[in-house]
Amino acid sequence: MSGVQMILGRIKAQAVAWILAAALLLVAIVMNLFASGVLIDIYTYFCLNLLLVLGLQMFMGNSGILNWTYVGFVGIGAYASSILSTAPAVKDMGVPNMYPALVALQLPILPALLVGGLVAALVAAIIAWPLMRLSNAVGVITLFATLIVMHVILTQWDNVTNGPRTFFGVQYYTTMWIAAGAAAAVLLMALWFKESSLGLRLRASRDDRHAAKAVGINVVAVRYFSFVTSSFIGGLGGGLWAHYITSFSPKSFYMGEAFLLITMLVIGGAGSISGATLGAAIVTIMRELLRQLEGYLNNSGVIAFDVYGLTEVAVALLMITILIWRPGGIVGGQELSWPLWRRRDNSAEGE
Amino acid sequence: MILGEFIINTLSLGSMYALVALGLVFVYGILKLVNFAYGEYVMVGGYTLYVLGTFTPVPWLAVMIIAVLMAAATSYLTELVAFRPVRTKSLDAMLVTSFAVSVLLQNAVLLLVSPRSRAVPLPAIFSQSVAIFGVVTPMRNVLTIVTAVLLLTGLTLLMKYTVLGIAMRAAADKFTTTRLMGVPANLVISVAFIISGFLAGVVSVFWVGRSASVDPLIGFTPLLIAFIATVIGGMNSLVGAVVGGFAYGLLFNALSILLPASLISYRDAFMFAIVILFLLLKPEGLIRGNYTEERVG
Repeated sequence: MSGVQMILGRIKAQAVAWILAAALLLVAIVMNLFASGVLIDIYTYFCLNLLLVLGLQMFMGNSGILNWTYVGFVGIGAYASSILSTAPAVKDMGVPNMYPALVALQLPILPALLVGGLVAALVAAIIAWPLMRLSNAVGVITLFATLIVMHVILTQWDNVTNGPRTFFGVQYYTTMWIAAGAAAAVLLMALWFKESSLGLRLRASRDDRHAAKAVGINVVAVRYFSFVTSSFIGGLGGGLWAHYITSFSPKSFYMGEAFLLITMLVIGGAGSISGATLGAAIVTIMRELLRQLEGYLNNSGVIAFDVYGLTEVAVALLMITILIWRPGGIVGGQELSWPLWRRRDNSAEGE
Repeated sequence: MILGEFIINTLSLGSMYALVALGLVFVYGILKLVNFAYGEYVMVGGYTLYVLGTFTPVPWLAVMIIAVLMAAATSYLTELVAFRPVRTKSLDAMLVTSFAVSVLLQNAVLLLVSPRSRAVPLPAIFSQSVAIFGVVTPMRNVLTIVTAVLLLTGLTLLMKYTVLGIAMRAAADKFTTTRLMGVPANLVISVAFIISGFLAGVVSVFWVGRSASVDPLIGFTPLLIAFIATVIGGMNSLVGAVVGGFAYGLLFNALSILLPASLISYRDAFMFAIVILFLLLKPEGLIRGNYTEERVG
């Protein structure tokens, strides 16, 4: 492949991301004109999930490390921004044991969101260096254990988080426009990150750690900075999510949610941004349809008992099927490029 | 007196945890797969106890044996249906698959039985107490220790003196070379999964024996314990898993006594912080297996 072709290929890959970002906003406009409240809610939720998945993709997709802790950083961002943006009177009532200094603190929503992301990034920066030295099974178990530690702290530190109980009274801020705009911005950022020098080095360390080290890449440092960046996006996303949901508990940032985000990423293809977007879309649509079905089954009395867990069963089945069929995800490691059918020409590389 | 109680409690808890950890390592040793679905085999065993014990007149010993076999069968089935097709692909695909299998089994039970926990009727022998060396202790503690000793002896003999055992140890060492020597890969992996599920089944009997109830999330704690124990003991050796199980039992009992009441709710966080420290400082564990790279830099 010549240099000219490589540059052309890069422009094409970028074009796809720009098209996806534009499509996000376009759908938002269409929704705004024609759709009902329920659809707008679903679309907002989709955009928020997409944003979170893209943040996850930044580190997990480019480094090949299964990142369990990500959802914990989403939680940190959600709690930090909500604690800062909520009025003292509401916090006084909702979180009876909160430290007085925290109760008094209040910021406007935008700075609060930013601080949420920064707190998540800070925590990541403190704990990540040793974690990034581990690979393979030990790395997975360590990140898994870290998520459990974070969850225990979120549920037990009731001076800050209200413990396992619901934290409520967060202001509603994230409208569909903000969610779609933020998702589009993060989409472009994820692309920029992937193509940046840091992203390139990270991908090199994913494909062959030893070769990467041999050409002078400091694998631990590259992973570290990417992990912190990804956690920052996670924290921001968590804040936006919190200001959409308005009440939540530590349960929202644990195994279930981690599985959902990882499913979205893996189904579409962790290595590419178009894959992450496709995965988020498929899982969101499937979940909503199955929820409707579950609700219908429970309310109509067609069957005698209540239906729980149907959605999870279906999502897990879909995930296993896709992993067997295409272990790299539907899109695979490469970005979708235009025109689609030309991809077959260089099918020797990738995957 | 208190010391005697502490020792028996630690031994019984430790032998259960040793079995839990051993089951996980059997598969990990050969496939390098951290099987997130492992806890669900315990759950399947537990629900078999509940269904057969509540709705059928089958005698208790038979119920327990069937529960153990069900867990082993589930383990084999998941290997056949989910893990075998992705085995040759990437390690990550396999890991995510195992988590998906875990979610699938959990929610299948949620869907088919109930999200609430169910009481499991137990034979009287589980609740009786017995005095040993002047220490009064529940009979189930003694049963756990005896079972663990028998099983560990049996497995040691199997691994040391049978062709199958030697093939499995060889596969855990160098899988490719073992295949070149004519050992069928599918057979070795299937047997590893069956033994893993069998151990999970045995654990489910004693686990349910302690709480006398079963719920869809019952497998989560055994899974975590297996993680911690294998990490402490060493991921690459079967002996390490057993040592790790006992070490975890000791650590758990000691933390329960030593931690002040205000910090007891953070016990899990402490346990995992210890695990993380352990991984960072001594990633090969207490018992060093064969060399595999786990750290960069």
